[in-house]
This record gives sequence, structure tokens and C-alpha cells, in this order.
Amino acid sequence: MTAQSALAAALERKPPPLGGFSPAIVRLEVRRLLRNRRTMTLALVLPVLFFLGFGLNNSYVHETAGHGNVSAAEMISIALYGAVAATATCGAMVSIERAAGWSRQLRVTPLSPAAYIVIKMLTSLVLAAGAVAAVYLVGAVTNKVSMPAYLWVITGLCVWTGSLLFAAFGLFAGYLLPSENVTQVIALALTLCSFAGGLFIPLSQFPPDLQTFAKFTPLYGLSQLVHYPLAGGTLQWGWILNLVVWLAIFVTGAVWCLRRDTARV
Amino acid sequence: MAFLGPNGAGKTSTIDMILGLSRPDAGEVEVYGMAPRQAVRKGLVSAVMQAGGLLKDLTVAETAAYTARLFAVSRSVGEVLERAGITAIAGRRVGKCSGGEQQRLRFAMALIPDPQLLILDEPTQGMDVEGRRGFWKAIRDDAALGRTIVFATHYLEEADAYADRVVLISKGRIVADGTAAEVKGLACGRTIRATLPGADETALRAMPGVEGVEVRGDTVLIHSADTDAVARRLLTQTPARDLEITSRGLEEAFIALTGDGAADPFDRSQAAT
Repeated sequence: MTAQSALAAALERKPPPLGGFSPAIVRLEVRRLLRNRRTMTLALVLPVLFFLGFGLNNSYVHETAGHGNVSAAEMISIALYGAVAATATCGAMVSIERAAGWSRQLRVTPLSPAAYIVIKMLTSLVLAAGAVAAVYLVGAVTNKVSMPAYLWVITGLCVWTGSLLFAAFGLFAGYLLPSENVTQVIALALTLCSFAGGLFIPLSQFPPDLQTFAKFTPLYGLSQLVHYPLAGGTLQWGWILNLVVWLAIFVTGAVWCLRRDTARV
Repeated sequence: MAFLGPNGAGKTSTIDMILGLSRPDAGEVEVYGMAPRQAVRKGLVSAVMQAGGLLKDLTVAETAAYTARLFAVSRSVGEVLERAGITAIAGRRVGKCSGGEQQRLRFAMALIPDPQLLILDEPTQGMDVEGRRGFWKAIRDDAALGRTIVFATHYLEEADAYADRVVLISKGRIVADGTAAEVKGLACGRTIRATLPGADETALRAMPGVEGVEVRGDTVLIHSADTDAVARRLLTQTPARDLEITSRGLEEAFIALTGDGAADPFDRSQAAT
């Protein structure tokens, strides 16, 4: 083939569909993730330890809570903590990739920023699934958690999908902060949000002012919603509003940072 | 083609615009008649960037496979690793590879879409001599297949040794464009050295195209931008013999054309010493 006809043929090429997204890329990203021992350990072991510490050793764990017992509620709380920690950590890895120049490298490929975000979100969901599964598995084998079988499935799925809220948070933080301190910032933010969301200690044990404040923090709405299938009672619009507003904030922040990033690099 | 210029001349800025990584402040960039980003998406243009751009926790083969998955049309991972000469380290983590090996991996990644235009930005920066030589061999083998390769460099030897065409820029403007020999000639002209007993310096100076004459005993040194014409005249109209024509190095051309005194590259007065 002459250079001319090679060029003519090349000009006819089509860009890849879906902005370069493919399941194979997600698989490669997951493989990368599994290789990262520190992240894996923190994501899977820490929630289990919290659960063993907070969820099973209290005197009131067998007391009834909605359709199950207190231990079931604790399990859901800790699983949510584990899941959001996993997605936030994964999302924040873009910070490291930016520092390594990988994001820039990807920009000389057909991969679109949107496809990249979707890949990151799906990858973070894989880790979140591991965290939820680990906590639920420990819950199952320790034999203290009691709730109907369908609630295990429903609450597990709610926690898992709900954790995407913090994938957006992680991406936002990952684009905003330098890679040196993004991990610490994320860990601190997660811990504060988890306390304020009532994941470690029930909100009813907080002073009244703090309880009011807690209702405006990012994990409050999501936490109430994932507990709702177990707890029953009335569904409050404030929970959904809290979730939607924080999701909007994180997504807008991440998109804004991404735009800024692509304009400059 | 070599894209040569001192640090800060605008090489990387130009490349970023060709790749669609940044927008020009004024005017428009088109690559193969389309927007740069579209050319990248179609795999017409690819690039080997300066340092960075790799993930330490992937292996060499995985990195190439990752890139291959992003393009609609791609060559096989095995083939590009072979071309870049890194088949032997395919299973190695990127973080454990030397600078030269990482650069070959970047080259392999750039070959994945089988681009029409391949851009290398300072490709051998930080490589040792051996790594550099091996890298250029891989590049030249590839260029022999008919691909257009543009490389930015501030190593003059590289431009001199590996480019068919040299474009020299300074402060964002093109100051010379031609073969390495032409660019050298453009800056300083060439020098004829000949044996000419009893040379008449005034007569020599009067010859067309002559810019400077130096008589050292029986030897004359003549600077000229058109040494061919001067040489023809010397050989036919004077008893001059032992003619030698030498260009000054690209280095002098570089300094002459990019230095502060180089407002007009066609002002050759500085060569007439």
C-alpha cells in the first residue's frame, strides 16, 4: 500500500463507539485495584473490624429494630460505611493518575472524559460490593443478625448502589486535591460524615443541636434511606432531598473540576 | 522531521495544540483537515509524551492492552511490543522498568492505532547513550515504513542525525526550515578552504556571494551562503586547488538563529568575520 492510499484509508476510520468505553477496560481497572493490597485491606478488613467492635458486642444487639434486630441495623450502617469508603477511595485515585500524567496520556486516545468517569464509577462499585459482602458475610456467620432473608438482599443492594454518591465525592476530591493529601482528607471527611450520619452511634444519642446539624450532612439522607426497608415507618422527603442535593453537589463539583482539568492540561 | 528549538521556544505548546490538548489563543489548528481531537479519536495522530503518562502498577503488556482497547482499530499488543523491542519485558511492572524501557513502552502505545502521524516530544530526555541509540533505531525502522514522524528536541545531534527535515523555532516563531544541511547553511553559510598562492584578497571579496575572506599564507578561507557558485568560480577562474567545503555545525546555526541577535535569519553579516 502506498503512503497516499494508506492515508486515504486512515481518514475513513471511525472513532470507537461509547467514547472508548469497554468492559475490558473495567476488567483491567479491577485487576489493578485487586493488586493494590493496602487499598484492598483497608476497604475489606476495616469495616469488618468496626462491625465486630460496634455491632455485635453490645448488650442490646438482640433488641428488636423494625423488621429485624439492632444487630441488623448495625450491620447495614457499617456496610454503608465500608461501601462509601470503598467508592470514595477509588474515586480519589484519579488524583494519583493525574499526578502520574496518566490522565493526560489518556487524552491522546479516543477515551472521552465521560467514559473515563463511568469506568471509574463501575470499578469503585466492584470494591464497594466486596466491602458490603464482607460485612454481610461476617453478619451471617456470627449468627447475631436477625432480619428476613429478602431484607438482606434489599438492604445490601441499597447500600451498594447508594455508595455511588461517594464515588462522585471521591472523584470531586481527586480532581480538586493533590495526590499527597487526598487520602487523609477523604479518610477524615468519611469519618466525620459517618458519625454525623449516625453510622457508628445512633443519632438519638447526640445533643439536640448536633442532631439538627447532622440532618444536613452528606450521609444522613442515604443512611436513613438504606435503613428504611428494615426500620419501616414513614419515608421522609427530607432524606431524599438530602441525598439528591449532595449528589448534585458532588457530581457538579466533579464535572466542574474535570472541565477545568481538561481545559488546562 | 525534527522540531528543534531551545527550552521555552514553544515546541511542547505547538505539540499540545496539534494533539488537541490545548487551544491556540488565536487562529485554528487542523490536522488532516479536521479538528485535532477528531484526528486523535480516529487514531490518525498519536504521540510519545515527555516523562510520565504511565501507571506503575500495570505491567508493560497490560498498559499496551489498555491502550489497544481504547481504539476502534488497533494493532496487536504483541506486534507493537515487538516493534518497540520490549517483548522480553512484557510481564514486568511499569514501575520496575528503566527510563529507556518506559520510553519504549510509550512508543509501543503510540504505535497501537497505527497512526499516520507520530509525534515524539523530547523522546530521549533522561536516557543514557545506549538507550538513546536503541530508541532511535526503533524509530527509524518505523519511519522506513512510510509513517510521518515529528520529534521535538533540543539535542542538536539528534536533529542532525535522524531528521530529513529540520524546523527550527525560537520564541514561538519558525526561524528556519529545511534539511539539516540547509539549516546549517542558512545560519552561517559554509566555508571554503583552498590553497591559492598569492591570493588577491580584494578580488576574492568582489566575487558574487562572498561574505568574508581570510588569507593565511597560501591558504584562503572564504565564507559564503552559496559556496557552490564560489567554488565553481575558484576552480575555473583561479589556480585554486585542494578545495574543501565545510558547514559549520548545527550548533552554530542553532545559536545564530535562536540567539538574541537573530532578529533576521537572513542577515548573514555575523558570518562574515
